Amino acid sequence: MELNGGSVVAMIGKDCVAIASDLRLGNQAVGVASNFDKVFPVNDKLYYGLPGLATDVYTLKEHLRFRVNMYRMKEEREITPKTFTHLVSSTLYEKRFGPFFIEPVVAGLPTPTELDPHPKPFISTMDTIGCITTPKDFAVAGTAADKLYGVAEGLWEPDLEPEDLFETVSQTLLNAVDRDALSGWGAVVHIITQDKVITRTLRARMD
Amino acid sequence: MVAKAVEAPNVGFDFSNYARNQFFGERLQGIPKATSTGTTIVGVIFGGGDSGEEPGVCLGADTRATGGPIVADKNCEKIHYLTPQIRCCGAGTAADTEFVTNLISSNLELHALSQGRPARVVTAMTMLKQYLFRYQGHVGAHLVLGGVDVTGPQLFTVHAHGSTDKLPYVTMGSGSLAAMAVFESSFKENMKRDEAIALVARAIRSGIFNDLGSGSNVDVAVITKNGTENLRNYEMPNERGTKSRNYKFRRGTTAWTKESIRSLIVSEEIKSTSGAGKDQGGVEVVAVPTGAGAGGEEGMEIDS
Repeated sequence: MELNGGSVVAMIGKDCVAIASDLRLGNQAVGVASNFDKVFPVNDKLYYGLPGLATDVYTLKEHLRFRVNMYRMKEEREITPKTFTHLVSSTLYEKRFGPFFIEPVVAGLPTPTELDPHPKPFISTMDTIGCITTPKDFAVAGTAADKLYGVAEGLWEPDLEPEDLFETVSQTLLNAVDRDALSGWGAVVHIITQDKVITRTLRARMD
Repeated sequence: MVAKAVEAPNVGFDFSNYARNQFFGERLQGIPKATSTGTTIVGVIFGGGDSGEEPGVCLGADTRATGGPIVADKNCEKIHYLTPQIRCCGAGTAADTEFVTNLISSNLELHALSQGRPARVVTAMTMLKQYLFRYQGHVGAHLVLGGVDVTGPQLFTVHAHGSTDKLPYVTMGSGSLAAMAVFESSFKENMKRDEAIALVARAIRSGIFNDLGSGSNVDVAVITKNGTENLRNYEMPNERGTKSRNYKFRRGTTAWTKESIRSLIVSEEIKSTSGAGKDQGGVEVVAVPTGAGAGGEEGMEIDS
């Protein structure tokens, strides 16, 4: 887990979610890439982040793409954030005794249904073997997780508008990774709202 | 792992990464710590006899999940569903308790359907212990299993290596000593329902405040032959105080270098023309964006 570095944070706002990651890929102390994005889309309103061992990031990303495509074909509909979380959890638990070194973070806006016309924004995270946590405020993972916990606990407040959520999640990520040698080298933030997804690349410290 | 074509997932665990992970464990600072529920979980049998109340089982649990020294989840659910009349509290490795209770819950439902009778608590206990023994303790699930069936209220503990105990009051987890101290001084047989709930809540609180691995709130489940009551967050003795200052940043504080906005609202403007399909001057065609996510670019597209 301490080989490549990298961190991801997700936060809930008012009818929106944000998910952000740093861009560093390293080989322990040596930085190798500053464009290694760790957050990927599943569909329009569902994104997930995979901090941890880089080879497992690619493996898991492709495996999940396969599983989601199969789901889409069989169910003839898009997967919801909660179901996707359980899909990732089962995928990780299959490798219980030889796990992927990834602690995924999922963030998404569920589509309104008849049973649930005003669904709440959804975030979740899990450990390397798939134990799901569904927090109501923020989810953190990666080498800067401890620092992210601290900063997020201080800065987060409920019902932030998308632009305010952007500021909060960006400041949380930037300041936390600045205290972590293995994370940083740039950052990308995605703000997911009902009618658009705003993706911004932040100007970060490159040391 | 040998690459295979599209296939159905195998049953059971996949050990293909084991060798590689051992290598990483030596090279790096060890493998990452899984979330564990440090925990205080308890169970108590009440009712019947002189109390005048229906006999039943009362289960309790705290709600803290830890990953090493960090609290990973401040309000997790440790009382898992097995059948409508059976519940199971889980301590140990959180993913293991979650998946083992899910697995045995599914199997119990199938079993009940094939037998034409509601499942018994001993059946759940036997399924759990045989599964856990098979994995020789590597599936780190320490459980307090309680429920009511045709034979009456039953309370068991199941340890990760597969041993079980049948007792009138039990505690498990890192806070078990704190909770057992409360039980040993205050437990009596044939308690009333409210007495049992109060006792269980006291035992869990004792674990929450004295044990580092337990914390946050008290969850309680009360099972009698008339039904199961789930009292999620029955007590919340650790509510966070309100923040005295506002920490919102001025908009524009964060500097960004690139922005891309993916609009999810599709707009189409169609002007009717004569001559179908021909490119005519003054006709505006707005492309409908298809999925550019994981499914669109390389994989499947819906109705493309």
